[in-house]
Amino acid sequence: MPNELQSQPFDRRAFLRRMTRGLFGVIGAGAIGFSFWDRKGPEGESQSSAGVLPDFSIPSLAGRMSVAHGDHRGRMVREAVGALGGMAAFIRPGDRVLLKVNAAFAAPPAIGATSHPELVAQVVRMCREAGAAKVLVTDNPINDPGSCFTLSGISAAAHAEGAEIVLPDQDLFEPYSIPGATLIRHWPVLTAPLRRVDKVIGLAPVKDHHRSGASMTIKNWYGLLGGRRNIFHQQIHTIISELALLIKPTLVILDGTLSMMHNGPTGGSFDDLKATRTLIAGTDPVAVDTRGAELLGKTIEDLPHLRMAGDLLSR
Amino acid sequence: MRILTTRRISQLFFFLLFIWLCVVATLGERWWQLRGWPINWFLQLDPLIGLSVLLSTHTVYAGLIWGVVTVALTFVLGRFFCGWVCPFGSVQQVMGYLGGRGMTFARRIQRNQPHPAQRVKYYILLFLLATASAGLLQWMLDTSQPGILRTILLVSVGALALTIIFKHLRNGRRAALVITLVIAAAGVILHLTQAQPLTASLQTGLLDPIALIYRSVTLVLLPLVDSPVKIVSETPRIYPSAGLIGLLFLLFLLLSLRIPRFYCRFICPLGALFGLLSRWSIWRIGQKTDGCTDCTRCEQACEGACAPAGKIRTSECVLCLNCLDECGHGVMTYHTQLSARGEQIIPDLDRRHVVAAMVGGLAAVPILRLDGHASANWRPDVIRPPGALREDAFLTRCIKCGQCMRVCPSNVIHPAGLQSGLEGLWTPLLHFRIGSSGCQHNCVACSQVCPTAALRPLSVDERMGRGRFASTGPLRIGMAFIDRGRCLPWAMDTPCIVCQENCPVSPKAIFTRTLFQPVRNSVRTVQTVAADSLVLEKGDLQPEQYGTGDYFCRIGDLRPVPIITNTHQKLILSVKDDLPALDRISGRTIDILIRLQQPYIDPHQCIGCGVCEHECPVQGRRAVRVSAENESRTRAHKLTLS
Repeated sequence: MPNELQSQPFDRRAFLRRMTRGLFGVIGAGAIGFSFWDRKGPEGESQSSAGVLPDFSIPSLAGRMSVAHGDHRGRMVREAVGALGGMAAFIRPGDRVLLKVNAAFAAPPAIGATSHPELVAQVVRMCREAGAAKVLVTDNPINDPGSCFTLSGISAAAHAEGAEIVLPDQDLFEPYSIPGATLIRHWPVLTAPLRRVDKVIGLAPVKDHHRSGASMTIKNWYGLLGGRRNIFHQQIHTIISELALLIKPTLVILDGTLSMMHNGPTGGSFDDLKATRTLIAGTDPVAVDTRGAELLGKTIEDLPHLRMAGDLLSR
Repeated sequence: MRILTTRRISQLFFFLLFIWLCVVATLGERWWQLRGWPINWFLQLDPLIGLSVLLSTHTVYAGLIWGVVTVALTFVLGRFFCGWVCPFGSVQQVMGYLGGRGMTFARRIQRNQPHPAQRVKYYILLFLLATASAGLLQWMLDTSQPGILRTILLVSVGALALTIIFKHLRNGRRAALVITLVIAAAGVILHLTQAQPLTASLQTGLLDPIALIYRSVTLVLLPLVDSPVKIVSETPRIYPSAGLIGLLFLLFLLLSLRIPRFYCRFICPLGALFGLLSRWSIWRIGQKTDGCTDCTRCEQACEGACAPAGKIRTSECVLCLNCLDECGHGVMTYHTQLSARGEQIIPDLDRRHVVAAMVGGLAAVPILRLDGHASANWRPDVIRPPGALREDAFLTRCIKCGQCMRVCPSNVIHPAGLQSGLEGLWTPLLHFRIGSSGCQHNCVACSQVCPTAALRPLSVDERMGRGRFASTGPLRIGMAFIDRGRCLPWAMDTPCIVCQENCPVSPKAIFTRTLFQPVRNSVRTVQTVAADSLVLEKGDLQPEQYGTGDYFCRIGDLRPVPIITNTHQKLILSVKDDLPALDRISGRTIDILIRLQQPYIDPHQCIGCGVCEHECPVQGRRAVRVSAENESRTRAHKLTLS
């Protein structure tokens, strides 16, 4: 393009041409300016929340619970779920199932701080036998997620049975509000895997928890929260009771084969574990946890969140 | 196949191999993750790292012995590493090609002419080696070490090297004599007095091209490329000082657009080392006896700016072999003879500059150490990864390559800014606010990958204090302290203890003491007493305010009664026995207590892993923070007696 203008005769044609270009320039600048014009300025943080999560429970099976005793998790879970009508009562052929395990810590399975891989494998197998099209396994752990799923043995167990591990990628969270809740308001929740499935099964070990008294199937949903969720410890019982509102699971399985009696929820030593030889399956997490509290030698008086969760659910 | 095609294939192969080794330095179980891949191979092939670790520690650690192979090949082939292997060299060569497109023949010749500043890299090399050399010098002068023969051998090799360097300098012979005498005299004095005025510090990694490209790729490029695709890391990696590393890398790339292989020609200390070694190389580039028409086609494509058309500067030749390809007369060749137009085998160095670089290097470290960071003024905020040696020994080994930061599964190891002094720039330190958790206490990945044993290799047993190490106890990298002015239960009457919950050791290093604290402005007058509730005179409570399970009602000298919930005017209590009658409550007043568990640190259990600091909900400046007190690597930092 020439960057010097030659002297040219300035006639009517040249004048019109220049007028036209000028006019286009004015219109163009105006159009661009107006189309990007922001009259209000930026707003504060958005307060939008995603749509309510579905209810995964099966009404006809409400309020059921069964207890199995022994040392072999795989056999106990078959017995316990069998007593409730078998996995086929919960899972329809073609269902997509989410297992919410406890993979909170990068610790080996023997420490008992995470869901036992043997149990995970057996539950995945039972879901597959009942015809589940897909089984997802997820958690948003406290330690590094990749390390947690690997070291806890859950990753290998799930893969061996054909389930898929969903790591808590930031894109899978969305701001979520529980209707009627006070704490879970516009809070990042791991909803994406929940929206991709038809059934949800919770799988938790029985563990001591210094702040709340115990960590069982309801506390296990804490692993669906994102963000700096630790601030909720200021009102631990309230948040746990709201977790009971967050998820209406198809089934929960509480593993008390070994219970972490103290130093929870991390443990770290075999001395922290006691062979309580019990596995509880049920459709009412409050009932299951109330039964599980006995394994820790605790009552509902020691665990206000159970009473509060019961109140919230019956409202 | 043309020789240039072979060279390009070699460069591409080694570049892709390098990138591959950067990608597989990921902790995990899949085949493309860390499972015996030789991720440090390029660092180990780099003889400058091996040599400087030898100088600073008088040892050649493990895989660094690979450097001998490179040196041996350089004696035979010349600077093959620069032209055929070095990934940073290849990147620069591509940039130089891009920058030279569309340039005239004359302009291309001009930008490939030798420049006096090409000497600078030799001074940089000598300076960096001198900063490291005190380690070997000190060791040779140490009378407590046996082996006088070894000392004599090392002294002779050193004197020979110095003599050879000085032989080629102007007025060098006399200077060599003077310097040898001065060093000998100083040696005798130091030997007799056992004084230790010199200190070694390994600063080679600042400018070593292999450390530089490892750092730039693993801490800058890989996180940038990976953050949208999330293959090597689920969460985007953060490295606080990566900005400077990335900008320097960008700067050197842009400079090589203008001058091909800018870094290789002017800065690269490894290139300088190869330049000095290639003095003895058996094969080298040069001209056959006749046929040269001075067309200078060879010089328009010369990567090393070594003037192949004239008296070739052998030390600058990076063996790109472009001259062989360009020469239309078949004059340029790779042979064992002397080039027809002569060779300048040693760079034209100035005696004063050489002396200045070496003396400067020797003097720089004691000057830097005046900050006391490696002694009395140690920084409590510098938490080194597990396995780190004592600070002074650590600084004689760390090459700032970033491998520990790359491999850390929780992204908790970061390149230092100036926290540990100028000397510690880009050395690894732990930063618990960032990353996906604290330092996982059963992980030893960083100590295993460190190419120079600045982090000595640990076993999981040693880290955890199990098995053979049960008596020494777990390795501590620091200790956590509660900041009672920021901690919620300590300062704000608010329950929390997330730190206690997450403490990974058993028994926990964080324990709590429970107390009942009166809630501010909570004294109320009771109107009536029912079976399980109190009705207050004033209805000014917020409904369910005290329904969190943490509140208790204090009625006279009774044990505090748990509050189930409340309405505007009524407190519903969890009662086992009957409540006292109204007239038994003195003054008819009650107040409300909150049950708090206040965290304490047990210094005998804490290993400084920082999980508590990472999880602390006081997000800005954490209310529990790890400090370097009690770290195992320095006995002098011990805080507890047992």
